Amino acid sequence: MKGMTIIVKKTTQLIAGIVFLYGIYVIIHGHLTPGGGFAGGVIVAGSFILLILAFGSNVMNLTKEELGSTMYENLATLVVIFLAVSGLLIGARVFFLNWLPKGNLGQLVSAGILPLYNIFVGIEVASSILTIFLALVIFKEEISE
Amino acid sequence: MEIAISIIIGLMILGALYAIHAKDLLSAVIACGIVGYGLVICFLLLKAPDLAIVQIVVETITLIIMVAVVLDSSREEQFSKPDLDGYLSIATTIVLIVVLFYFFKISIETLDVFGSGSLRMAGPYIEGATDKTGSANLVTGVVFDFRGYDTMGEATVLVTAVLGVLTILRIKGRK
Repeated sequence: MKGMTIIVKKTTQLIAGIVFLYGIYVIIHGHLTPGGGFAGGVIVAGSFILLILAFGSNVMNLTKEELGSTMYENLATLVVIFLAVSGLLIGARVFFLNWLPKGNLGQLVSAGILPLYNIFVGIEVASSILTIFLALVIFKEEISE
Repeated sequence: MEIAISIIIGLMILGALYAIHAKDLLSAVIACGIVGYGLVICFLLLKAPDLAIVQIVVETITLIIMVAVVLDSSREEQFSKPDLDGYLSIATTIVLIVVLFYFFKISIETLDVFGSGSLRMAGPYIEGATDKTGSANLVTGVVFDFRGYDTMGEATVLVTAVLGVLTILRIKGRK
């Protein structure tokens, strides 16, 4: 996949960081405002897809990126399952127990363990969608070589 | 509001029909977008902003990926005439649709009218969720606390889907 013109590249440089930050914002405010891990993760993946589409696939070393994104995806899923199992070990011994202190309603650090679930599900969704996109780009080029 | 939703759903059906019959694959992909973005407006009218955000973001990313794939491969649809197997599949599909619609009709008669009164489980969720989970967003409280199993299932389904994509798309073996 080839890159695009210099206008697109410059605009992408300006916008991609803001899109990334907005995705992070949606993820960590998931327990306060609409949104959450799934929506924010897809927005984060969108910023990377924007970069790859604008700059072409030969600028970055995409095979390494694919290995990294698959690793983060599996690790994040593992952490979600460990967080769920941690409820079994602590307190009332219930799967998916919310054992951290709840805090004040409406503050950023509140709701116990829910923000952690949001963050790791966000990482997992972002890297899954990025992996699917990278697979479409990389394997296509492996065939044409 | 029901009239507005009916009009939008009609537009979505038109878009889906156009997507099937379009000669150019790029315009078919864009017409598929009508279905997704119509669904976003439906979710907003039904007061479900969480679902609307997820739907609009996923729809945009899917459209981008599909457009990239169509531009990379061919824009022409490769059409072949249906043979005996094709007619058999069409007949099976029609029989399945009729059977499913019949059971849908039976089951829909025993349900309440849509939106009238909450379901039996929804009452305790709505009343106790803020105290029990400490989350200001009720949807996150339900999704990650009361229905934690469902969310874990969704996460693992996504991982399985990625594994399937990586396996099927890799035509050349790893060196």
